[in-house]
Amino acid sequence: MGQILQYIQSYLDKDVKVTPGAFGNIYASLFWATVYILVVFGGLSVAVIAMNWLERKILAHMQVRLGPMRVGPHGLLQPIADAIKLLLKEDIIPAEADAFVFWIAPFIVVLAAFTVFVVVPFGPTHAITDMNIGILFMLGVSSLSVLGVVMAGWASNSHYPLIGALRSSAQMVSYEVAMGLAVLSVILLTSLQGPGLGLYGIGAGGQGSGTLSMIGIVQAQQEQGVWFIFKFFPLGLVGFFIFAIAMVAETNRAPFDLPEAESELTAGFHTEYSGFRWSLFFLAEYSAMIAVSSIAVTLWLGGWLRPFPNLLSGSTWDHVFSVIPGLTFLFFAAICFFNTARMPKHPLFKVQTMGLAGFGAVLGLIGLVMFVPAVSLRVGDIFWFSAKVAGFMYLYIWYRGTFPRYRFDQLMKVGWKILLPMGLALLILTAAMGMRTELWAQIQEVWHGL
Amino acid sequence: MNPPVATPFFFYLLAGTMIIGGILVITRKNAVHSALALITTLLAQAALYLMLYAPFVAGVQIILYAGGIMVLFLFVIMLISIERSMKERQFNKQWLVGGAAALALGGLFISVYLTTTKGKALFPEGSVTYGETENTQKIAALLFDRGAGQYMFAFEIASLLLLVAIIGAVVMAKKRI
Amino acid sequence: MTSVRGLGEIDMDSLLNITPLHYVVLGAALFVLGVIGVLTRRNVVIVLMSIELILNAVNLNLVAFSRYWQGMPARMGGGPGALHGQVFAIFVITDAAAEAAVGLGILIAFFRNKETVNVDEVNLLKW
Repeated sequence: MGQILQYIQSYLDKDVKVTPGAFGNIYASLFWATVYILVVFGGLSVAVIAMNWLERKILAHMQVRLGPMRVGPHGLLQPIADAIKLLLKEDIIPAEADAFVFWIAPFIVVLAAFTVFVVVPFGPTHAITDMNIGILFMLGVSSLSVLGVVMAGWASNSHYPLIGALRSSAQMVSYEVAMGLAVLSVILLTSLQGPGLGLYGIGAGGQGSGTLSMIGIVQAQQEQGVWFIFKFFPLGLVGFFIFAIAMVAETNRAPFDLPEAESELTAGFHTEYSGFRWSLFFLAEYSAMIAVSSIAVTLWLGGWLRPFPNLLSGSTWDHVFSVIPGLTFLFFAAICFFNTARMPKHPLFKVQTMGLAGFGAVLGLIGLVMFVPAVSLRVGDIFWFSAKVAGFMYLYIWYRGTFPRYRFDQLMKVGWKILLPMGLALLILTAAMGMRTELWAQIQEVWHGL
Repeated sequence: MNPPVATPFFFYLLAGTMIIGGILVITRKNAVHSALALITTLLAQAALYLMLYAPFVAGVQIILYAGGIMVLFLFVIMLISIERSMKERQFNKQWLVGGAAALALGGLFISVYLTTTKGKALFPEGSVTYGETENTQKIAALLFDRGAGQYMFAFEIASLLLLVAIIGAVVMAKKRI
Repeated sequence: MTSVRGLGEIDMDSLLNITPLHYVVLGAALFVLGVIGVLTRRNVVIVLMSIELILNAVNLNLVAFSRYWQGMPARMGGGPGALHGQVFAIFVITDAAAEAAVGLGILIAFFRNKETVNVDEVNLLKW
């Protein structure tokens, strides 16, 4: 027993360089992997709930209105009220629907959206596991959600869901191609450092060869000293641009949300789903958004690396950047306290005022804890990763509030006729830029041989 | 190189899932249920590939087979109306002969195995696990490496095959050629 | 050799130790199931799905053998980089995708003409 405790504590050692999935001892590995799984999925659920509230409030403020204000201070308890309502609703299955397929479709979508988080790297050792095929696994499992969408539309035995499911799945499959090409160009970039010549020099330990592992991709950015979005300017930017558009279309969000918009197809493939089943689709949609944002952050924006790791290097700049997590939480706490002071001074608002003050106090406490050096060293990576993903979530909400909807044929045209050729050209140009010295040598050889 | 402790448990679990999925594929009346059973079989097979230290093939199986080919099957099943076909007879008139022929094929497999190995093990040197940390890179070496790669030509032919398949599928499914 | 009452002596060791034979048997069983599906079903879509089962059985054999082939000595072609079975399996999967696409295209064209997915009705060229 004491030995098991010792094994478990050995993972907390500062020098551990692998994720729990690859840690040597089986008991410590199982324990820490379970802890990581619980933390990641708990955090994901909290993030989805927070996204719900944030989306309604930010959209409202963009449309010059206030959003939910009644259920708890500034509507903070609105998502919980929504969740309780959905859980208590009547479970309706259409008459002629195929009950088994109708029941299993939301589970497949949720499974696909949640399993993806097994390889998402929150830090150099903060992933549940680091598979050799990390990015391939993420793309593959997220493509399983198309199956759930198709089955949901078919099993509803009704016209709107069927058309919505066909359109939605056609859109998701089309933009997966563009996503894959953009991802491929980044995978090529990971092979650029080392004594080998990229693809032609595969040495032991991965020197000179690329990698598909998510942690490896961020480490390649760390070694090359530049985020891949700025690599071979503007090629990295174009790749990021293609992926950013494709990921919005992949998750069926505005402006590509024709298959599920209320004014178009009465909610598309999840029309006939109500109550808890609908909340599963909703949960899966937000999780998929966070998952593809994680892919974008890992591949182009440097994952857990703090901004300017090479330009502003050195221990003083490290200290400056390490206080930013704590300052962010203190800033949010200050906003909460400011709004507490602005609450109406009516006796009926006492509970709300105290609730908001308590929320602000919790945020402030977290901020103060983040100032402790031991905590900020281990947790700083997770903070930077989450901050970048949060930026992407804000972009998603911003797109929804700003852009008009694409018509379906325009949508397919963008996916096949614009993004796919761009992705192919990007791939060829990235490969040419990466091998430019060898390419130039070959051209010289041919030129002198003529 | 001891295999992990739970290998037999997972092998039998996945093998059972695959066999049950296979039986469900060939016996269901509803084509969508058959497709779901096939998806289960394919995912269990991807897990078996992971057990065989082949993560890249497992990833390709999930992306292409379960996430691509089965989506195509489900699309087509949805586009053609299957209510009429569900009311018809499911097995054709030669089911007895067909089943006997398939079982004879299985017997042929067993007899070939027994006569060629004559009781010895299949791979007498046993198995050496080189781990899966470099699996993708090693497959890439076999495919693309200038010195050791043998499958570059097959790779190019496969891309030509896919081009032909794209054109063929588009032409076959058009209303007016 | 542990004995199980009622079944005589069962060699638990050979059941618990996963050898290549286990994968061969599993592959053969899936292959036979696929062949039964192709020979006996009347629905074209299910026949195509049985063909996918057959291809998967072959893939399983290939990948299993490539794993055990890595243990063979290098003079016979084994060694750490001998992943020929896995490369072949990738080509088989590519092939299966192409064949499924064209097969389903043919099915759609056929369905447009005859409004049925019954294999027995594909008899226009019968004498």
